[in-house]
Amino acid sequence: MTKHETVSFREAQSRYKGIFAWIFSTDHKRIGLLYLYSIIIFFFTGVILGAAMKLELLAPGKTVMDAATYNAIFTLHGVIMIFLVVIPGLPAIFGNFMLPIMIGAKDVAFPRLNLLSWWIYVIGAIIALSSLFMSGGPPDTGWTFYAPYAFKTNTNMLPAVIGAFILGFSSILTGINFIVTIHRMRAPGMTWFKMPLFPWTLYGTGWIQILATPIVGITLLMIVGERIFSIGFFDPALGGDPILYQHLFWIYSHPAVYIMILPAMGAISEIIPTFANKSIFGYKVIVISTLAIAFVGYFVWGHHMFTSGMSGTALYTFSLLTFIVAIPSAIKVFNWVGTLHKASIQLETPFFWAASFLFVFMIGGLSGLALGALATNVHLHDTAFVVAHFHFIVFGGVGFAFMGAIHYWFPKIWGRMYNSKLATSGWIIFFIGFCTLYLPMFFLGVSGMPRRYYDYVERFHGPNIVSTIGSWVLILGLVIIVYNLIRSAYKGEKASKNPWGGRTLEWSVDSPPTLENFEEIPVVTRGPYDYRKKTEA
Amino acid sequence: MYEQSTNNASSFVSQVDSAFVFIFGISLLFLVGITAFMVYYIIRYRKSKNTEATHIEGNNKLEIIWTIIPTILVLSMFYYGWSGWKFQREIPEDAIPIKTIARMWSFTFQYENGLITDTLYVPRDKAVNLDLVALDVLHSLYIPAFRVKQDMVPGKQTNIWFESGMEGEYEIFCAEYCGLRHSYMQSVVKVIPPEEFEAMTRIDSSKLTSNNMIVDTRQAGNSIARKYGCNACHTADGSKLIGPSYKNIMGRTRTVLIDGEEREVVADEDYIRRSIYEPNAEIVKGYEKGLMLSYKDQVSEEEFQKLLEYFKYLSDQ
Repeated sequence: MTKHETVSFREAQSRYKGIFAWIFSTDHKRIGLLYLYSIIIFFFTGVILGAAMKLELLAPGKTVMDAATYNAIFTLHGVIMIFLVVIPGLPAIFGNFMLPIMIGAKDVAFPRLNLLSWWIYVIGAIIALSSLFMSGGPPDTGWTFYAPYAFKTNTNMLPAVIGAFILGFSSILTGINFIVTIHRMRAPGMTWFKMPLFPWTLYGTGWIQILATPIVGITLLMIVGERIFSIGFFDPALGGDPILYQHLFWIYSHPAVYIMILPAMGAISEIIPTFANKSIFGYKVIVISTLAIAFVGYFVWGHHMFTSGMSGTALYTFSLLTFIVAIPSAIKVFNWVGTLHKASIQLETPFFWAASFLFVFMIGGLSGLALGALATNVHLHDTAFVVAHFHFIVFGGVGFAFMGAIHYWFPKIWGRMYNSKLATSGWIIFFIGFCTLYLPMFFLGVSGMPRRYYDYVERFHGPNIVSTIGSWVLILGLVIIVYNLIRSAYKGEKASKNPWGGRTLEWSVDSPPTLENFEEIPVVTRGPYDYRKKTEA
Repeated sequence: MYEQSTNNASSFVSQVDSAFVFIFGISLLFLVGITAFMVYYIIRYRKSKNTEATHIEGNNKLEIIWTIIPTILVLSMFYYGWSGWKFQREIPEDAIPIKTIARMWSFTFQYENGLITDTLYVPRDKAVNLDLVALDVLHSLYIPAFRVKQDMVPGKQTNIWFESGMEGEYEIFCAEYCGLRHSYMQSVVKVIPPEEFEAMTRIDSSKLTSNNMIVDTRQAGNSIARKYGCNACHTADGSKLIGPSYKNIMGRTRTVLIDGEEREVVADEDYIRRSIYEPNAEIVKGYEKGLMLSYKDQVSEEEFQKLLEYFKYLSDQ
């Protein structure tokens, strides 16, 4: 106990009681946890849907469900995972919880707006999923809602579209909030280049959220206008252009990939130096590459459309830009590995997640090169290869970083330690399951199996069996991880302020933090990853 | 059994595959190399071995090296990918045009003489140019063994060309999600000797049905149903697919919805005609509207009569 009688943010009293003390709280930490709990519910829904798809693909022909159900399931899996889990994911949970503490602030710049973002998120999610309970059933269009099929289907695609539209506002508001917080509320002495890397990535993400999300907003409104009032934007039957839809959709949805991956890279940039007990290699280069990814990421959307019938000039321009965006990601990987040189590495669970992140992220990124090159893209486009590629990036990259982050900041958030052995065995099982699940899909794609296939020809059977078995292993790992974390949140050993020896500001406050984080706003004099002893500095 | 990848299945295979091997090789090298470095560092510098980390903030020389090398490599990958692809856009002038029509959920192929098939026949060692037309939603013609794929966009004509050097049968898949029976939207491309192709596409197709010597009504009707892709949604054995089966319809009373109102109609010749030419005017109860497109100007009167006989045959059994 400190000499002052302090209570953590979980026990702090407010004018509301019970659950209302959470859902009406403007405390950034409570809002972060509200996001965490809602996102986890959606994540498990998405996992169950994904596992159901893998089960159906265990054998050719009908295995457990009919084609209509399968098509609805892969659509819901995509909509839930992309719009409700991965896009808000790291920024909304760890960004909300950690950003103010890491830059030495008491809260974000606009706490009420922050609470409003969560409410908008919940309302958007409920509307998006309401189609499940309507006659006609959930949409079967795929999460991309491609025209003109999305206008012809008799299923309820409008609720999903309107839900996604509303979710966009939540994303924009969070982006604005973080950018203003970072500009205005850094602790005295924390210059831009003394700011930790996770806030830096949130800064890049914030700009993408503000600039790109309105495009998908207007696009989704155009869909609504077309379906309700028959205005011909995209459906050729009404005089529209289906390719226009694809452009508008990907102008947002490609940068959205960077909304997902940048904060993941930020979390990895926190975990690696802490467990290496060493300054991160090339801090400024990592910052610059973050901003470069956020910037160049706007100009590569056309690589989702290489077979759509665009002009040849458009094709090679987008192909070239796609290869250029690969460079800053590669630089980050080199710097992370470089950090380990002459380090003193604590082998703890968050570090295992970070190291395996590097492995799966490299597979995801490198497989993207085969998709960025025109000759190979034409063959691999819309096959299982693409599915494997983006699951390695989104589930491998973002997912592994999320797991690393939750094991890293767990003691700070809940004030308790988890069982390290159980956490590590959960990690290894998950990792093996993940690779078994997605590696065969690369092979399936190269041999020509298109994606979104309910049924397949016999020669694709073998790899599909392996992949389905992988999904079972992955779920086993997930169950162990979740069991361990939930149990430890209640019964774990009490955590100290700084169990891993981190140097960023969140490790200087109580675990869990008090309502206002800091009794006195700290004055920053050193870089964020200065691991030298105080006397050396 | 369909042919898988062979180098001369189409003229693009070797270029695409060598680009793939180039990119895959470099990628694998990087993956293995970086992972090896990482694992070595983790073992070599774990805390129990190395209790004190050395303070290093970075190294500009290294940063420059590992920016320039990947830049050169990715630019070479871009070049390889571009140069291996550009032939796919250079359609030879003498390429034989074949009109390819996609609809939910079938492909049909129409040759210069008007002949229509549900299997794509192409001559060996001759360039063919497929004019791709989609009637309803997006589809994508994908021939994995040829390394070609092109989306088919309603309201817009796209093209794909190739030249196959090896006779055989190769799979065609629809690669762009197009609804309920997307994964069943498949066909076959048969590469045949040029003489055979010549013979097939030179005959006057208006005489084709009589020339075919198809006397059995069942065969004639069934081949017309196959040719227009009807069997993607309708069966001849009474089972329900997307639309009603052909079996046991003629002369039966059916409950249909006309503008949302239920009506009883008898399935006579006029009813069948309306069902083919104005498929959405009357919808049999229990089926969905808007899935079938009109076959006006496609199914001829002669073919219609053949279909009618076929349906009668299936209903009289």
